[in-house]
Amino acid sequence: MWALRGLRDGVLTTRWPVRPDEYASATRGPATVLAPTARGASEADVAGLCPTSALTVTPSGEVRVDQGRCILCGRCVAARPDLFGWSAGAHQAALSRAGLVVPGEETPDTLAAVTAGLRARTRALRRSVHLRHVDTGSDGSEEWEILALLNPVYDIHRLGMFLTASPRHADVLLVTGPGALGMAEPLRQTYEAMPHPKVAIAVGTDAVSGGTVGPSRAAAATATGGVGDIVPIDVWLPGSPPSPFAILSALLLALNRLPTGSVAAARTGGGR
Amino acid sequence: MTVVPDTGQVESVAALRDQVVAHCAGGGRLADLSGTALDDGLLITAQLAGPEGITTLDALVPAGQASYPALTPLVGSAFWYERELHDLFGVVPDGHPRLEPLIRSADHGVLPRHAIGPGLFTIPHGPVRSGVVESIEYLVETPGEDIPHLNMRLFYKHRGVATRFVGLTPADGVLAAERTEGIASVAHAIAYCQAVEAVAGADVPWRAALIRTVHAELERLACHLDVIVRLADAAGLAVAATRFGWHKERVLRLTGSLCGSRFGRGVVVPGGVGAAPLIGPAELLAAVGELDRQVGDDVRLLMGTASFLDRLRRTGPLPSGRAAEHGALGPVGRASGATEDTRTARPYAAYVALGVAVSSREDGDALARLEVRVDEIADSVHLLRQAADELAETGASPLRADCASADGRAVGWAEAPQGEVLYHIRIEDGLITGCRGRSASFHNLVLMHEVFAGDILTDFPFIEASFGLSIAGVAG
Repeated sequence: MWALRGLRDGVLTTRWPVRPDEYASATRGPATVLAPTARGASEADVAGLCPTSALTVTPSGEVRVDQGRCILCGRCVAARPDLFGWSAGAHQAALSRAGLVVPGEETPDTLAAVTAGLRARTRALRRSVHLRHVDTGSDGSEEWEILALLNPVYDIHRLGMFLTASPRHADVLLVTGPGALGMAEPLRQTYEAMPHPKVAIAVGTDAVSGGTVGPSRAAAATATGGVGDIVPIDVWLPGSPPSPFAILSALLLALNRLPTGSVAAARTGGGR
Repeated sequence: MTVVPDTGQVESVAALRDQVVAHCAGGGRLADLSGTALDDGLLITAQLAGPEGITTLDALVPAGQASYPALTPLVGSAFWYERELHDLFGVVPDGHPRLEPLIRSADHGVLPRHAIGPGLFTIPHGPVRSGVVESIEYLVETPGEDIPHLNMRLFYKHRGVATRFVGLTPADGVLAAERTEGIASVAHAIAYCQAVEAVAGADVPWRAALIRTVHAELERLACHLDVIVRLADAAGLAVAATRFGWHKERVLRLTGSLCGSRFGRGVVVPGGVGAAPLIGPAELLAAVGELDRQVGDDVRLLMGTASFLDRLRRTGPLPSGRAAEHGALGPVGRASGATEDTRTARPYAAYVALGVAVSSREDGDALARLEVRVDEIADSVHLLRQAADELAETGASPLRADCASADGRAVGWAEAPQGEVLYHIRIEDGLITGCRGRSASFHNLVLMHEVFAGDILTDFPFIEASFGLSIAGVAG
């Protein structure tokens, strides 16, 4: 009976990233800057909008959003729609922590160096790639979004990606949560147990920066301002939580498997 | 929601214990036990639930006193609460049977992998477990197949959620509440906001109450479907796991199309809701109808799949007597004879006017827990239809009442998919000075110790999934 039921609704799986997907394009990402110059807004006005201190104003009066701290609460978008808006689309990850600050300050040279370094390491990770996940104090929603990659809509098996129980078999480490003290050592050991070459992805604003539960807020319980203080992170993906398409995009970015056109449009190219 | 009056009445822990014992003997339950560090000592606060509502009792352990008489020997449900007090505040409950670290440990490296009897060995599961799951360590003590004893260690992912609230404005606190237990964001936000609204004396507009209800029921659908995915996956029913995974995805997308967040974050704010839904009631109604038709079909097939039901029947039984004694919450409690549902026992949001059908079973096994959830899925759909119809009639009425900051203490609650969530909040000078969010997961998870009678290692995933809890809500 179940075999027949499985045929009832036809193919539900997205063709993304080869073909565009409406839901992927509409996916809401962290806040972004619409107008870089904050006329008539002081540093205090702008910074005060954000409960996680993601907003800053440079001495020259330019507004910056650190998307690695953004929890998508939408306060800035609601209060200053002239300055801030939502980013959209699946490409929300960056190859460096600094790359999450928009508008970007990275020069093409530094970006090229980071990219080339990662490419050199991941060249061997072709076709079949195995993923291992470690939770370092997430709120539980990131796990749901990673697991969603197994549902028939995203179905990462079609891309040759599989979840694995053993870090010995893993090529990619997905880390969620802000880096709770108790998970620092298990995370370190999991990372060490993985064979080379390996890639680590910080999944979610908590993992990137500590998010709401950062060191300034609850120093006693979280060791770090994000998991980058515990293991070397290659790909930084904000979101509270990031959507399955954003996680998929981060995975493909890590493996240099995003179609060429979309890489140009991705945040690393700066053209959003 | 109850405002906690400032009676200044603080008693000794012994007196508090007597009151809790009397309350539980009279059929009530201990809903929460938490601590607040004050200048003159540790304030221990008990929340008692009964037909008359939630009653808050305070007792003080004076500064300089390192211990107090434990409640656990007389009130078993205090078992984890007192271990938590010990972990967070260092105070020793005298006479507690097992005062090991639970949610916070000074030394994460030490592994007391003791076994309780001859011929037993311990299988450690976690904290990094197979699959994409939250970090917890289960120490399974077994002679080979049976599980005579299970030990749980939760402290790996302790984030210090309670300390996170302190110093925030009530408006910012809801962001922390939403991230306390991420898969029940809406329920936590509602319980938190209702406490804030009780302090401020704000009345949530009817339209906002309806929108809150819509999101709370969508969250229930997503969580219950997630449990079914896990159960089907454990049984190796690949097509069923895939089908229900698709249904769950569609619920999350529907939530996202209403508010922009797949988890309903940012919807519930003190005083009401942040914005009107991005899609209209008619579109919501159509989406719910489509979902109902397809989920209903698959649920009927699932509940007729004998090989699947056989794995759940008599697996992980929680006797109704134990459930009542502990005050088991949510589907876990209602599968073991409990009939309490916060939505009808102490109605809030739009539940004051919408009809909630409380589902209950007597068997207490994993199958009964699934049956309760299946009933609740159908009832959620029914509630969503009622709420959407009502929303169509309310038009463009206000979404948010003025929720000016006021000082005081209050308790708020909501029925999360996992069971009753309880928030106890204290606001002074417009800022939060204490916030205790007690998830149903925390209250219920301890019962997993007791449900392995006759079950073997391969039943473990079924039992864990059938509890349907979130570790984020337990570890704090």
